[in-house]
Amino acid sequence: MNASVKHAGFVLLALWLLNAALNPGFINMRWQDGHAFGPLIDIVNRAAPLMVVAMGMTLVIAVRGIDISVGAVVAITAAVAAALLPGHGLGVALVGGLGAAALCGLFNGLLVVAGGIQPIIATLILMTAGRGIAQLITDGQILSIDHAGYAFLGSGFLLGLPFAPWLALALAALLGALKHRTALGLFLQAAGANPAAARLAGVNAAGLILAVYITCGLCGGLAGLMISANIQSADANNAGQMLELDAILAVTLGGTSLLGGRFSLRGSMLGALIIQTLTTSIYALGIAPEVTLVVKAAVVFAVSVSQSSVWRRRS
Amino acid sequence: MRLSAQDLPSWASLLLLVAAALVGAAAYPGLLSGQVLLNLLIDNAFLLVVAVGMSFVILSGGIDLSVGSVVALTTMLLALGVERAHLSPWLLIPLLLAGGAAFGGLMGWVIHAFELPAFIVTLAGLFLARGLCYVLSVDSIAIRDETLAAWSQARWSLGPSGWIGEITPGAVCGLLLLALAVWVSRSTGFGRAVYALGGNETSAHLMGLPVAATRIAVYAVSGACAALGGVLFGIYTLSGYGLHAQGLELDAIAAVVIGGALLSGGTGHVLGALTGVLMLGLIQTLILFDGTLSSWWTRIAIGLLLGGFSSLQRLLVLLSRRF
Repeated sequence: MNASVKHAGFVLLALWLLNAALNPGFINMRWQDGHAFGPLIDIVNRAAPLMVVAMGMTLVIAVRGIDISVGAVVAITAAVAAALLPGHGLGVALVGGLGAAALCGLFNGLLVVAGGIQPIIATLILMTAGRGIAQLITDGQILSIDHAGYAFLGSGFLLGLPFAPWLALALAALLGALKHRTALGLFLQAAGANPAAARLAGVNAAGLILAVYITCGLCGGLAGLMISANIQSADANNAGQMLELDAILAVTLGGTSLLGGRFSLRGSMLGALIIQTLTTSIYALGIAPEVTLVVKAAVVFAVSVSQSSVWRRRS
Repeated sequence: MRLSAQDLPSWASLLLLVAAALVGAAAYPGLLSGQVLLNLLIDNAFLLVVAVGMSFVILSGGIDLSVGSVVALTTMLLALGVERAHLSPWLLIPLLLAGGAAFGGLMGWVIHAFELPAFIVTLAGLFLARGLCYVLSVDSIAIRDETLAAWSQARWSLGPSGWIGEITPGAVCGLLLLALAVWVSRSTGFGRAVYALGGNETSAHLMGLPVAATRIAVYAVSGACAALGGVLFGIYTLSGYGLHAQGLELDAIAAVVIGGALLSGGTGHVLGALTGVLMLGLIQTLILFDGTLSSWWTRIAIGLLLGGFSSLQRLLVLLSRRF
């Protein structure tokens, strides 16, 4: 575990301890009807979609990219799944939604790899057009979802704990295994740290980067399913609004450099938990919710300065 | 005038703008009336001003995500200043512009001093400015001040007996700023330093150019432009609101890219901001004229256009390398 991940872990722990000190109810957990409830469970549950998106974003950032279209991908996936659900059933809806998300990722990846367009502009295209496409699918309406199986994705329980974090954990285990147990992790870091050297060493950087954008699209899709299942509707305008910024923030808080190379999935998950803890604790402490953004700004500033190489050289 | 490969995207977007206007005029004869064209400027004056500031940042190789929030914060402060504190707009507006410049300059200093990515620092700026809006008030505040209301209503006739149409002080302000910015970018030391910084920071440093001062100044210019955009937006809508100008930063970036600038810096023209803004405005006007297309086609059309332009630029760069 590298220093940045420890750093993020300490920040999260400090936030939780601060919360517990100010509000003893924070660490309460109760067991009711076979389900666990409590502020900490709530934070982990609500952070699940962001954790999923942040993991996809981590991979993209590791290969010197960025994907600002994930919020739009969330909206598209939700719209496709909600449109397919009534006529074709759960299986088709899930496959259709995730398929649309993978196509979005493929589109981004092709623009970056084959088109050679800068990632921020390439994904800005889908970010701009994506919500339009989602509205096209839903015909400008908010589609409501009435399906018990689909709702389980966002509000079900497994082994007494909410289902959404289990999904995030499963994804983390899968990506973690690919990173640590196969050569893929090494290839990704090589392609990010020095693309030219990686190519000369025989790494298929183009195929790798394409796969990474598709994975990021799929992560956005999974988050889209979780979000729409949680609120039981697909809102083309507001689903996943600003999610891309929170995801990039989570990656940065977790210690992955925006310049590519070394990356940490665990760090990004901690980053997502930090962001959700901030939001939840601002509500719990009775501070006006409007202040959330100001606090977020202060945290981004403090954490990125403390991680900057200039600061580390000085201290 | 020598035509270089770097200027081709700018010319291509200008051509496409004229072509789109002509095609639109063939379908809807009313489109090419003076007033419709002037309305493009009137309705998008604030976007033009913000895009001009963004041009400097992008030419220097940076990015500024905070502009939309700074616009919202400025409308809020303008509304509160004239309605609650009863300040004169003549005193308040210069203060707001200075405040915007200070906000931008501070972000520029952080980017430079801590060697942080502009993306993250201006993202913090986005959160901060938007958050401050909500701290000030979560409601929309109407502006009833007589001076500002008069400016909002003012129309100046153009041409003999107003033949061409009417224009607002806001649109004129946007055009004047554009002219000033074009002059600064082409004929001053600061302008050349911005291009040099965007082209290659190390070279700029070795040439003895003031890299730190230029970078800080670029973000200060963008902040001041965003504040001016906020003043124009506040006068245009006669309100201050924390939800104003959501996502405006992306429209401004899109306008600059459509206008022919490269996000990696060093390539493009400030004048391209006008082409880009007019293009975005024209798409909206065409969809409005059509009447049967839903509003979401605007987003899709802008996305397609953005894709077309970035592909075209990439193609030109590849071609110019081959020859």
